[in-house]
Amino acid sequence: MDNQTLSIACTINDRAIRATIPVRQSLVDFLREGVGLTGSHVGCAHGVCGACHVVVDGVVVRGCLILAVQADGAEISTIEHAATTSIGAALQAAFFERAALQCGFCTSGMILQAAELLAQNPEPSRDEIRAALSGNLCRCTGYHAIVDAVQMASARLSDIAP
Amino acid sequence: MKPAPFRYERPATLEAVLALLDAHGAQAEILAGGQSLMPMLALRVARPDLVIDINRIAGLGDITAIPDGGVRIGARARHAEVMASPLVPALMRSALAHVAHPAIRNRGTLGGSLALADPAAEMPCCMVALGARIVTLSSRGETHHDAASFFHGLYSTARRPDEMILRIEIPPLGPQWRFAFLEEARRLGDYAIAGVALAMGAGEVRLAFCGVEPAPRCLPATEALILAGADPLPGLVELAPMDSDDAPEAYRRHLAGVLLKRALREVGHG
Repeated sequence: MDNQTLSIACTINDRAIRATIPVRQSLVDFLREGVGLTGSHVGCAHGVCGACHVVVDGVVVRGCLILAVQADGAEISTIEHAATTSIGAALQAAFFERAALQCGFCTSGMILQAAELLAQNPEPSRDEIRAALSGNLCRCTGYHAIVDAVQMASARLSDIAP
Repeated sequence: MKPAPFRYERPATLEAVLALLDAHGAQAEILAGGQSLMPMLALRVARPDLVIDINRIAGLGDITAIPDGGVRIGARARHAEVMASPLVPALMRSALAHVAHPAIRNRGTLGGSLALADPAAEMPCCMVALGARIVTLSSRGETHHDAASFFHGLYSTARRPDEMILRIEIPPLGPQWRFAFLEEARRLGDYAIAGVALAMGAGEVRLAFCGVEPAPRCLPATEALILAGADPLPGLVELAPMDSDDAPEAYRRHLAGVLLKRALREVGHG
């Protein structure tokens, strides 16, 4: 029982990946250690901080609260892929311009969660942004600049939307 | 890797789940959304021999209208799916806004929340206020539980180790019903210090608290006072609130009264 492993096949950032992994490995540990995608961070490793967010089959999840074997057959996208979408690219630019990060540890999780918000609600209020990001802890910024950056991205995306 | 070693099974059918529960029920944990089980594994508070992943069972998360009225929610329906469904009562949708955070609601399930029975959890108290029926399944067949008698205490329910929660049935509640869910927490999405679920129909009222007592239940004395149009607060002597350093018994009792009065105002009663 100590070292049960399983083989999985999934798509990560449009790349087909096959691997044999321990059943008790979390998805974020697999992405970082097995696939070399270190943009998703491990903060608390038990679901509190949101630094490990990844997108699994179109929805944002905590990468530490899903086993890697559960991603068998799934389509996964990480922060490394965010710039390929217009929302992700707009958020990255706005976070940079608005200085919405200091150490950057929480930023990948923030951006993926904000991207899901803007996809569902293109022009959220500040309260809606705060509610959407309530599960992402930042210990540097005090959050105001992060909310500003999401609003900035939202405004720019609405300008270019048809 | 933080969890202690376990064996992992990912059955494709309910029959296979039930066979595993028959053989290993007391030493097994069912993995649905994993939003509580995974932290418990990481902290090694839970150390099951076997983890049974039910995410590959088709149809277990379906939300469907019951022909005679009401709604049937599969145990593995994710919180985000329940929140987005026009079929579920408004009480559940407003309570779900208090359940953790978006990424956790994308994954966590209704059945998982009910099976865990955290005293601060919103969904168990909504089930009591809605008069829901919780259906469990074992190799012996289905068992139907009234939500009001399903929750026995802290993390304790009527579910036996060889059973899984299969679905939840919410009875029809017509347009005359009014609902309110209010909660006090330190931060949006944190565990409730106290919360109230209130459902009021014509000549009928049901309320239940979360975070106040070890488990949600009906409160007949308070409900009778509300129906009589009297001040309901004296009824709350029937509560036996939990006590902790950050939220002493007297504070939880105070919050229960304040939240109940606000909830009654919200449904247009008093």
